[in-house]
Amino acid sequence: MLPETTVVKATSDTLLKAEKQKRPANMGQIIRWLLLFAGGILMVLPITYMISTSLKWPHEIYNLALIPEEPHLENYTYVLEDGRFYGWFINSLIIAMITTVSNILFDSLVGYTLCKFRFPGRYIVFIAILSTLMIPTEMLVIPWYLMSQAFGWLDTHWGIMFPGLMTAFGTFLMKQFFETVPDDFIEAARIDGLNELQIWWSIAMPLVRPALAALAIFVFLGNWTAFIWPLIVTNSVEMYTLPVGLSSFGDEADVQWELIMTGAAISTIPTLVVFLVFQRFIIRGVVMAGLKG
Amino acid sequence: MANLSLRQLIKRFDKTEVLHGISLDVEDGEFIVLVGPSGCGKSTTLRLIAGLEELTSGEIRIQDTVVNHLEPKDRNIAMVFQNYAIYPHMTVRRNIGFGLRTSKLSKVEKKARLEEVAAILDMTELLDRRPSQLSGGQRQRVAIGRAMVRDPAVFLFDEPLSNLDAQLRTQMRLEIKKLHQRVGNTIIFVTHDQVEAMTMADRIVIMKDGHILQVGTPSEVYHLPANTFVAQFIGAPSMNMLPARVSQGGVKLASGTVLDIDVPSTQDRNVILGVRPDDLHLTNDSALLEGPVTVREPLGAETLIYVDTGGDEVIAKVDGRHPPVVGQHVKLTASTEELHVFDARTGTAVI
Repeated sequence: MLPETTVVKATSDTLLKAEKQKRPANMGQIIRWLLLFAGGILMVLPITYMISTSLKWPHEIYNLALIPEEPHLENYTYVLEDGRFYGWFINSLIIAMITTVSNILFDSLVGYTLCKFRFPGRYIVFIAILSTLMIPTEMLVIPWYLMSQAFGWLDTHWGIMFPGLMTAFGTFLMKQFFETVPDDFIEAARIDGLNELQIWWSIAMPLVRPALAALAIFVFLGNWTAFIWPLIVTNSVEMYTLPVGLSSFGDEADVQWELIMTGAAISTIPTLVVFLVFQRFIIRGVVMAGLKG
Repeated sequence: MANLSLRQLIKRFDKTEVLHGISLDVEDGEFIVLVGPSGCGKSTTLRLIAGLEELTSGEIRIQDTVVNHLEPKDRNIAMVFQNYAIYPHMTVRRNIGFGLRTSKLSKVEKKARLEEVAAILDMTELLDRRPSQLSGGQRQRVAIGRAMVRDPAVFLFDEPLSNLDAQLRTQMRLEIKKLHQRVGNTIIFVTHDQVEAMTMADRIVIMKDGHILQVGTPSEVYHLPANTFVAQFIGAPSMNMLPARVSQGGVKLASGTVLDIDVPSTQDRNVILGVRPDDLHLTNDSALLEGPVTVREPLGAETLIYVDTGGDEVIAKVDGRHPPVVGQHVKLTASTEELHVFDARTGTAVI
């Protein structure tokens, strides 16, 4: 009997405690929710305006009402029937996908090497890579342009994507994540007879999947929305990426906001897909499961 | 034929020498335990054998092949890590099977081998689980399975039990020992726990500061310790160490007691007299040591008593049913053959 009564007492004690804690926690929670709600509104508002504007007639667009007077899909028909849009969409898709794959492979290769191998100059290489993060894109545009010109890459897909095939940020991110992969795994794999490339690919990479997912999202979004460099390196309308193409809906006299917003609304679809696909890989704590429990 | 032989191994990390030329021969099928305090070089020795660290100088032979420059996978060894290091993204089956990837066996043979190992380790039911679905002991068994499946010339265990709780540790200790009796491969086992070393080993290698201090069976290192370090490291509680002086006619303790021990010495010198708490008995006759009890630690069957012998505190293990009370004046004695004499300066055993 004794253990049972103890359990009952303990449970009621916990319940009492929980009840006591409930009230002050609730106040704090309300404030937190209000703040999050305000933040949420702030985030959603521009997207709402984007969709709202895409449903408006040209004469309505400076009327800031969220609900259009006469909502219609003419803008979508126009943008989708305009043959140029598909080309831009495909250009953006090719560039964003190739740079994503390339970053995942090369950033992690370099990050892994810097993290798990001891060689002279390792630290210097790492610092050199990191220091490139301090140089703003605007400063790099001219050398990139000169390089593209010299190699004959102007107005090509290759020209648009070559600066983004590897990033210092991605390398840094991957190096930091590989630090969380215990050396024991790598040594165990060495004893199991894998070569260094196999260890990287079949042991280390699966263990940093959350980081790879995050990197994929960053790189895809970054290249999907990139504007300045694609604008500079492309000349022909066919080579435009989506952001550059959409901006061409406006000219000096008249900016067709309803068409830009329509194009922008359509162009968010792939980014949503990428996010939904990769976010499920961002699950923490996978790495530790093979170690002491 | 020695299955594993280490010759004058020296290992330096930058300018720090961590192993100062250790040599060891291991017979086929022996269970060797390397034991010592943290930083004694036992793990480094194991990693050198595995090929995970590069040797500064010396020679490692496995089955009469010099393996100094061979990759870990070519050394015919398998290793179990302290953290288990089983791959979290693979099932138990793939984890264990991973050890066979480089083997020349056919697919059918590999499958049979994997199932055989799973059966030995009692893991057949768990083959399709992932490490996250296993308990600590089961994970440890997967790690052992991955090593076993390769049937290596030498098994290397790097403190594999230190992450388990006390009960599971005792159980796994027994399982590993049974496993060794069953499969018979040579095992090199690293631990800092002298109880593990004593209970599992055929021979114990006691290391300190990059040197091997003594190699011997558990009984040898316990009963005939080569020096004060081994004497105190092996056995719990530690051996009592009492300063004494050799003079004609025997060994004279600080308390004035003269013991009739024949020390091969031509001249007077300072020595340390060692006596294990287990070897000290309560007596009413002439005492080796005496004094009041200061602390009592009941262990159940036995009780440890701490006795103040006038400057030196001595631990004795007495019967747990009627131990002396704190403050009681007790007399302790030990038979002469259970006394150890060490040189006070070098610490090496004199007899």
